[in-house]
Amino acid sequence: MTHVAAPLPDGLSQEQMDAEVAKVQAGTDGAVHPPRGFPPYRSSTLRHPRQPLIPVRDPEAVELSGPAFGLTDVTALDRDLTRQHAGEPLGERITVTGRVTDRQGRPIRRQLVELWQANASGRYAHQLDQHPAPLDPNFTGFGRCLTDDEGRYSFTTIKPGAYPWRNHVNAWRPAHLHFSLFGTAFTQRLVTQMYFPGDPLFAHDPVLQSVTDPAARARLVAAYDHGLSVPEWSLGYRWDIVLDGPSATLFEEDR
Amino acid sequence: MSLVPTPSQTVGPFYGYALPFPGGAEVAPVGHPDLITVHGYVYDGAGQPVPDALLETWQPAPDGSRGGAPGSMRRDPVTGRIVGRDGVTFTGFGRIATDADGHYAVRTLPPGGVPYLCVLVFARGLLHHLYTRAYLRAEEDALLSAVPAERRGTLLAVEERPGTYRFDIRLQGPGETVFLDFG
Ligand SMILES: [Fe+2]
Repeated sequence: MTHVAAPLPDGLSQEQMDAEVAKVQAGTDGAVHPPRGFPPYRSSTLRHPRQPLIPVRDPEAVELSGPAFGLTDVTALDRDLTRQHAGEPLGERITVTGRVTDRQGRPIRRQLVELWQANASGRYAHQLDQHPAPLDPNFTGFGRCLTDDEGRYSFTTIKPGAYPWRNHVNAWRPAHLHFSLFGTAFTQRLVTQMYFPGDPLFAHDPVLQSVTDPAARARLVAAYDHGLSVPEWSLGYRWDIVLDGPSATLFEEDR
Repeated sequence: MSLVPTPSQTVGPFYGYALPFPGGAEVAPVGHPDLITVHGYVYDGAGQPVPDALLETWQPAPDGSRGGAPGSMRRDPVTGRIVGRDGVTFTGFGRIATDADGHYAVRTLPPGGVPYLCVLVFARGLLHHLYTRAYLRAEEDALLSAVPAERRGTLLAVEERPGTYRFDIRLQGPGETVFLDFG
């Protein structure tokens, strides 16, 4: 089957996109988070506020507390995405583990970590994903776990494939895992993506490049850790996560 | 010790089989007499509804306690599937994906001690989530006094009929919602 995609609205080539990204990055200042308006990521154009955010420095703010999760929300099997169907999923079996802390380095204990991803072919189990790569009947691609008392999380899954998207001509996302994290406060909420080391698509991906500071981008890339690999079973990656934002305990210590 | 935070990335278009859960919008215990509904539309900068936004709400219990409770995503021990809340416990946490027409609705209890629900917005196209508040009463507080008068209305839910509040979110453009920075 030959695959012919409909033409893209502005038909920008990868080279033109890379140049546009470089130009935008040159005018930025090393912020940790991506700017909400990042023109090379076309979907951001109409979906970010143009007014400045209003600062809230109120120690009574409800957002300094946050939702709680526990035993009833997660089962021990949820952390293993390769055990959700009758058979083994296709792909390279991996484990991903790390610590979740706040900005002060304190562990985020007993909090919810959610992970979702494409399968080994780069296809999501979502009906709107029409990438002509096979679905895997043995892989859904969603897991969750609670951090332990040291803030550690751990997942067993398969390495996802890269996939195309319609941001510009020949746009491909590097392989990534989507993560959702809760801290002790709603202000520490984080949704992000973890990447795999050495991916040649990094330089061509406006989503990763929206983090304009190279050192900040590097914090989205896991490290291969041979000590975490299990003989004749799986490859191990380590990725630590630091949640931004104040919490009620932080305000108490500041006063 | 001061660590550098992990950067945010967009939730993307394909979280729908992973993050929303049955009963995510049913924060109030079943049949509770004080139930309120907060609903509205999410719009983009062209005034078009956003069909793939994910909202989360967080609030104190009616007695003012802010500890929340586990059990938003209770599991079926046989299948492992999420069966949702037990219909009794108030967890304070809601998660709602917008419909194809950009609409959301959350059924909850009035927050204790404050006049607002905390609202968090995720969407494809949004590289870093946005915080806002849905005020159920126009009670002066630190935030409402800090917001320029002409934008204050974007934080106020409108009581359409007793117990039903309309709160639209405009990501950009005329009537853009006030979004918050907690530093
Ligand atoms: Fe993705």
